[in-house]
Amino acid sequence: MNRRSFLSRAALTPVAVGAWVGGAAYQATSQTAPRRIAIKASKFEFSPAEVSVERGSPVTLVITATDYAHGFNLSDFNVRRDLIPGKDVELTFTPDKAGRFVFACDNFCGDGHDDMSGVLIVREAPAGA
Amino acid sequence: MNDITEHGYSRRDFVKLAAVGGGVVFASALPGCAGIQQSTSGGAVNADFNFVQLSDIHWGYNNASVNPDFTGTLLKAIAAVNSLANKPDFVMFTGDLTHTTDDPKVRRMRLKEFREMASGINVPVRYMPGEHDAALDRGEAYQEFFGSAMHYTFDHKGIHFIVLDNTSDPAAILGDAQLQWLKTDLTAQKPEQPIVVFTHRPLFALAPQWDWATRDGGQAINLLMPFKNVTVFYGHIHNAHHHMTGHIGHHAAMSTMFPISPFGSMEKKTQLLWNAEKPYDGMGWRSIDAGGAAAPKWVDIALTKS
Repeated sequence: MNRRSFLSRAALTPVAVGAWVGGAAYQATSQTAPRRIAIKASKFEFSPAEVSVERGSPVTLVITATDYAHGFNLSDFNVRRDLIPGKDVELTFTPDKAGRFVFACDNFCGDGHDDMSGVLIVREAPAGA
Repeated sequence: MNDITEHGYSRRDFVKLAAVGGGVVFASALPGCAGIQQSTSGGAVNADFNFVQLSDIHWGYNNASVNPDFTGTLLKAIAAVNSLANKPDFVMFTGDLTHTTDDPKVRRMRLKEFREMASGINVPVRYMPGEHDAALDRGEAYQEFFGSAMHYTFDHKGIHFIVLDNTSDPAAILGDAQLQWLKTDLTAQKPEQPIVVFTHRPLFALAPQWDWATRDGGQAINLLMPFKNVTVFYGHIHNAHHHMTGHIGHHAAMSTMFPISPFGSMEKKTQLLWNAEKPYDGMGWRSIDAGGAAAPKWVDIALTKS
């Protein structure tokens, strides 16, 4: 993706919404049960490294650190949490804007930390859905 | 004829800086640096001096596709600093002295080698850690080589310098204890006291999705906000970047080891590959004139082959 198309895409995305409530999960804004997506966090990658969801549909990311107290930061949606090795950490939110959004480990975890990131791809919901 | 350029450096200064093996790539006197000429007593500060910021040395890094001269760029920067006709009062290293390693023995070896090379600088030198030096052992190895103080203050010719550590905690925080220490230190300062802050990471949330932030950095900015003349010099992002939070200027320096893509230019943070057409492009250091004029000013100087 060249710089112009990336910046153009970023410019089309509306302002993020969602509020962090005392470390608890995000409040879903839809009646639909959140779609659950498992992500593993290990030195030095997230697996899967790309996750696709639909705008307006609640999602629960179930993130499990396997080897270190990694962090998970999806700052475009104000979603971040310290991960606990061996425990599932659930983050529920409703993406309200379409585009590609980088998430990263933000607890320095070693050589390779700087490359430990992934992308949340938020697609527009199909027409009539 | 006025010999001062629009950025405040004289043409003669530019020629001197260019002649020491670097090319001036950016110079500025932004509002965030304004007014470093008044002392706490209200009299004139003797701020007619300059200092140098060297950042993100990453000694031990060895990716030749990004920097084939990975053993040479620090030495080039040191040689350039040592040859300055107008000697700086001191050099400040703003962290990531070494490239991280999971092996504590290798970490110590890199710190030792870096210290030996830095000892070749012919003016006083001050240090602070970056996350590559200190995050994996909370600064244990760093302190063995550079002393126990990872956050500290010093005063020089009327300017109060504050060194903040936002890297030895792997969570990229200052922490409550350091914030309380900062609050106590600032309580003793008058509002007009000129203050220069050194950090490794940006105190503001430049790009959290690229890990370019300090989680509690906003609290430090709030503590600094009552002071009229505050400037922050930092590193971490490997390119020159300038940002204002209110009247406080935040200025990131280039790395001497490798450049990183500016935020927004690529989806993910990326080390920029070596460009044979423009060797050393994006690598450099910074010379800062602390005062003696209406505002401090600095030049970012690119490394060159010679």
